[in-house]
Amino acid sequence: MGKLDEKKSILSILVDNKPGVLSRIVGLFSGRGFNIESLCVAETTDPLVSRITIVTSGESRVLEQIKKQLNKLINVIKVMDFTDLAFVQGEMALVKVRAKSEHRAEILRTVDIFKARVVDASPEYYIVEIIGDDSKIDAFLSLVKPMGIKEIARTGTIALAREKK
Amino acid sequence: MKLTGAQIIMKALQEEGVDTIFGFPGGAVLDIYDALVKTDLRHVLVRHEQGAVHAADGYARASGKVGVCLVTSGPGATNTVTGIASAYMDSVPLVVFTGQVPTALIGNDAFQEVDIVGITRPCTKHNYLVKDVEELERTIREAFFIARSGRPGPVLIDLPKDLVQAKTSNRPIKEVRLRSYHPTYEPNSKQLPKVVKLLKEAKRPLVFTGGGVILSKASEELRRFVAKIHAPVTSTLMGLGGFPASDPLWLGMIGMHGTYRANMSSGECDLLIAIGVRFDDRVTGRTDAFAPNAKIVHIDIDPTSIRKNIPVTVPIVGDCRITLEKLNALLETEDLGNIKEKRRPWLDQIEEWKSTMPLDYEQSDVIKPQFVVEKLYELTRGEAIITTEVGQNQMWAAQYYHFDRPNCFITSGGLGCMGFGFPAAIGAQIACPDKLVIDIAGDGSIQMNIQEMATAVQYNLPVKVAILNNGYLGMVRQWQELFYDRCYAHTEMSCAPDFVKLAEAYGAVGLRATKPEEVEGIIKEALSVQRPVIMDFQVEKEECVYPMVPAGEPITEMLLV
Ligand SMILES: Cc1ncc(C[n+]2csc(CCOP(=O)(O)OP(=O)(O)O)c2C)c(N)n1
Repeated sequence: MGKLDEKKSILSILVDNKPGVLSRIVGLFSGRGFNIESLCVAETTDPLVSRITIVTSGESRVLEQIKKQLNKLINVIKVMDFTDLAFVQGEMALVKVRAKSEHRAEILRTVDIFKARVVDASPEYYIVEIIGDDSKIDAFLSLVKPMGIKEIARTGTIALAREKK
Repeated sequence: MKLTGAQIIMKALQEEGVDTIFGFPGGAVLDIYDALVKTDLRHVLVRHEQGAVHAADGYARASGKVGVCLVTSGPGATNTVTGIASAYMDSVPLVVFTGQVPTALIGNDAFQEVDIVGITRPCTKHNYLVKDVEELERTIREAFFIARSGRPGPVLIDLPKDLVQAKTSNRPIKEVRLRSYHPTYEPNSKQLPKVVKLLKEAKRPLVFTGGGVILSKASEELRRFVAKIHAPVTSTLMGLGGFPASDPLWLGMIGMHGTYRANMSSGECDLLIAIGVRFDDRVTGRTDAFAPNAKIVHIDIDPTSIRKNIPVTVPIVGDCRITLEKLNALLETEDLGNIKEKRRPWLDQIEEWKSTMPLDYEQSDVIKPQFVVEKLYELTRGEAIITTEVGQNQMWAAQYYHFDRPNCFITSGGLGCMGFGFPAAIGAQIACPDKLVIDIAGDGSIQMNIQEMATAVQYNLPVKVAILNNGYLGMVRQWQELFYDRCYAHTEMSCAPDFVKLAEAYGAVGLRATKPEEVEGIIKEALSVQRPVIMDFQVEKEECVYPMVPAGEPITEMLLV
């Protein structure tokens, strides 16, 4: 019911860089039954301010409520919704992929195609670092999956709005 | 000069204009108490921390000031949670100070440690753990600013013991400014002409008000507005008193136990002007059937309230009083024609609903609870501050006591918290020593914070408690009667104390009425003494509150008897 209207949204939230702020934001999502698909946090150039990037999805009415609720938090300075804006997004992943000798060349080729790089190698595994939007990372993962992926760490999406040209 | 953290707290409280604190001491706040007794701040010692918060809540609502509590760490802090949640739901400005174990022990499961900031995060407007004494004064000033501005609410400050002992040279705070917090008071001026236009087109407008009208002190402007547009008015439970019940345009409360005419009006109106309400499910019933024929204007200071439950034609984010002021100014320049004539068919229709389905009950040879409330209204000439517990007592108070002024009806609306009314009455009595304060109670709810009778007696507070004693958790019993085949699972409270003796045991006055003829007499007697009184009215056991809208039904589908 109502799922037709469901859409994905990238929210970029500037907050006071203080203990407990992230927990307020996350608590707001969990307490109201909103879903978080990914979440990234780090300090900005202003050490008093952090940027939190959250990917979430829901009906437009729910998204509107999420944004309003976020704005209502005392430590939230600004909420930007990139859904209808021009923006740049990216994600980084570290992938520990099994590197049997017969697969090594294939893996390196794939790494090359995706402009990823091998950041660690051991007799049995490579660790590959890949940067891009989530679909690029997904595509890379699907290609190396048959060789055997041992572990993945993904940062989740970060995003910034483009400036007018 | 160097001050300790505790002294800074006292100084900040005084600068914020605080004169009364409700609290309960303990190890973690000993230094604060030690500093407190050396000031002229009044401290009211309650008997349970939940009582402290509800009392501060009643104090805040009766006085329009910020209510303040002080409790110890651990169990003291957790005992405040229900009161904080109640104040949060009803947007009551409070500052709650909790003691905390010394900074070095935080996170170590120390004796009487709880993460009260974590626990209360979802039910405070904001909260703080202060870790640096240099930050203490600023934090307190921010807390008061946040509690009372915008949509008011409770703010909690957690104070580690070493912090209140630490000394610092004091630098006064001149002004509080928060980078990220700027409530919108002024409505968007483009929206207001839209309201005027809708008002001109409407044939059946209805004004629907809530607690926001009272919080923003908008009653006067509301009256002017209503006089101008000559539209009928209904309100939520929290809005009672925002518009005078003696005005001919008053319809009574709307919602699950709203009057027939108020609920029917919401079904038939073509324009609903909602002011300071949040469309609670107890008001709207089934949301897709709420005001189905109406364009909706919604004025509220909190953007999250708008379009949360109900689609809105004209959303206006702003303070209710300022918005009404501007609307009134705009209407001043408008010719609404012969408005009284234009409204006649609509008001006639409402009058007919009223005359065919009035609020009513039949008095027999057993005392009816409604009769008690009516008598209380009559004998106090409607001039008392009424607090309530939760349940049928609360609804009968809302239906049969009529409020002409704001800040006279104090009830736990959003949380519906049993045990609220009596401590709230204590707080209201302290705020308004010259007023008559009555807690209309159920026999179940009063037992939740009855221990505060000791507080009332200790501070010579002449609060009156009127127990509508039906021997049941009446409201729940009513649901069982109507929706669970009369299976009264654990709602009978046959084992209750003798409330008259209980009052006496505390040093208060106890009175009882078992027959209708005795009701008037004991109310008069209670009103004549300057002491706390419990009136035990032995009322009809299985009386129900009507009208009633079953949960999830449209509010025009009422059960009437
Ligand atoms: C703290 C708390 N516990 C439980 C409830 C659920 N509840 C709502 S009304 C009610 C009955 C209240 O009984 P009583 O105080 O005797 O009042 P009456 O309805 O009989 O007037 C109960 C148990 C509640 N509102 N608050």
